[in-house]
Amino acid sequence: MSVLIIVESENKLLKRNAAEVASYGVAFAEKLNISCAALAFHATNANELGQYGVAKVIHVSNVSTHFDANAYANAIHGFASQNNVTHIIMGSSADAKFIAPLLAAKLNAGYAPNVIALPDELSPITVKRTAFTNKAFVHTQLLTACTVIGVGNNAFGVIENPVTCTVKEVDAENSDSNLEQVAIEKTTGKATIADADVVVSGGRGLKGPENWHLIEELAEVLDAATACSKPVSDMGWRSHDEHVGQTGKPVSTNLYIAIGISGAIQHLAGVNSSKVKVVINNDPDAPFFKAADYGVVGDAFEVVPKLTQKLKAFKALA
Amino acid sequence: MNILVCISHVPDTTSKINFIEANTVFESRDVQYVINPNDEFGLTRAIWFKEKLGAQVHIIHVGTPKSDPTLRKCLAIGADKAFRINTPALDGVSVAQELAAFVKSNPYDLIIAGRESIDYNGAMVPGMLAALLDIPFVPNCVGLDIDGTTAVAEREIDGGREKLKGSLPMVIGCQKGLVEESDLRIPNMRGIMQARQKPFEIVPPQEAIAATQDVKFEKPAEKAEVKLVPAEDLDQLIDLLHKEANVL
Repeated sequence: MSVLIIVESENKLLKRNAAEVASYGVAFAEKLNISCAALAFHATNANELGQYGVAKVIHVSNVSTHFDANAYANAIHGFASQNNVTHIIMGSSADAKFIAPLLAAKLNAGYAPNVIALPDELSPITVKRTAFTNKAFVHTQLLTACTVIGVGNNAFGVIENPVTCTVKEVDAENSDSNLEQVAIEKTTGKATIADADVVVSGGRGLKGPENWHLIEELAEVLDAATACSKPVSDMGWRSHDEHVGQTGKPVSTNLYIAIGISGAIQHLAGVNSSKVKVVINNDPDAPFFKAADYGVVGDAFEVVPKLTQKLKAFKALA
Repeated sequence: MNILVCISHVPDTTSKINFIEANTVFESRDVQYVINPNDEFGLTRAIWFKEKLGAQVHIIHVGTPKSDPTLRKCLAIGADKAFRINTPALDGVSVAQELAAFVKSNPYDLIIAGRESIDYNGAMVPGMLAALLDIPFVPNCVGLDIDGTTAVAEREIDGGREKLKGSLPMVIGCQKGLVEESDLRIPNMRGIMQARQKPFEIVPPQEAIAATQDVKFEKPAEKAEVKLVPAEDLDQLIDLLHKEANVL
């Protein structure tokens, strides 16, 4: 029995979420008192996982350099079945959620996504995860010998635990692809909703797309991703990929700032798992105030530029 | 072209979520059930293929007769035939296995499912189904074009989009963007009347075994009262975020 932590990389470097997934995997293996290793594709800095307690990394580089879910799942499957891996720990990125079900089916494994804590029971392994789009939690038993666990973003945190880390190059035997990448478009140099620490989100209260510079300027100071409410994306003020909420993207950041968003139940569901929520709205009865940690009742057109200025000054001092 | 759309039957997005029997059972009383929104985007795209390319659109669901009104609604919107595999949906693995067994004996060119259901948010059935059938899978799908036996599907990735090309049959897990909210159809009287005449087949289950079991639910802790900061004193807000919340 052993634990295999799947970490993601991009442009030959580990992705930011690797630290949290590794921290969870190491703590999980400790709790079960079994060994653990991490598996990375094309990551030149894979040894940095030693910072989070990973002593052994399997590095695979004879697979496609761009992400290929089926090929990567085949490679992980091959390695796991030859090395008596019983528990696979992954993240919650779009790519991790692409691989996990393919892998679980190939391994005949039970799969628990959106897990937020270490198992509360070990026999059978029982994990707590979010359900009903963050309106509730569920404790799920994994009934299979082999399991796949998806760790929710910013749910467990990073644990620094430096150890010596060795990286072993291993060739994947079977990495067949069944899809061909024909194009990829990616915003560069800008934080994305999936991996930003802070998200600044705007709603109908901003009155029109021409006022979005208010959101963007505040986001820039905070190194934050920008997002929007459903009506804003439905009206075409902002593109779909910024829509957060029940039918949009889930957000689980450390700080979520909602500006001119009333807080419909569907929107709140999407942002509930963010740690700290700040609301700026001119309507003191907006439902979002009931779900927020901090609130400012005021006109966004006055409050937001002022806040941006003050944060600039604060950041300059820090 | 034959398209199969997998349908989940879920509590409406406005539902209050409560549990009964010592938090082991979801309280479905007074809850309005709907077609899972992600599945509805897929169904709408399938009906577009029916109208433009003459595709046949079938829907399938794993569940009990309680879901039948939701499936009838899919027929009223424009699906040609409904199948219900007659067993409670236990977990993602067992549902994927039931669906895979059905598709192995009833092949389709394209299988469309929602990215995830909005109740358990597993996002696992479409991918598992594709893996069990050993055919390509594209999740978070926001664009889909079919040319003969080739499909080009666009998926949303963190911070962008990726276009993937593969051969049919294929499974896609779709979301908003594949069609717009304004493209969704509300069943009209004619559709509702026609739906009553459309074939609706009950399929005996394989009795697939679940790999996971949900044993207990929990509601989030009650939120402490919001701390209001006067609009004139934003320094206080920065101070709270910095020192109390520790997020700056």
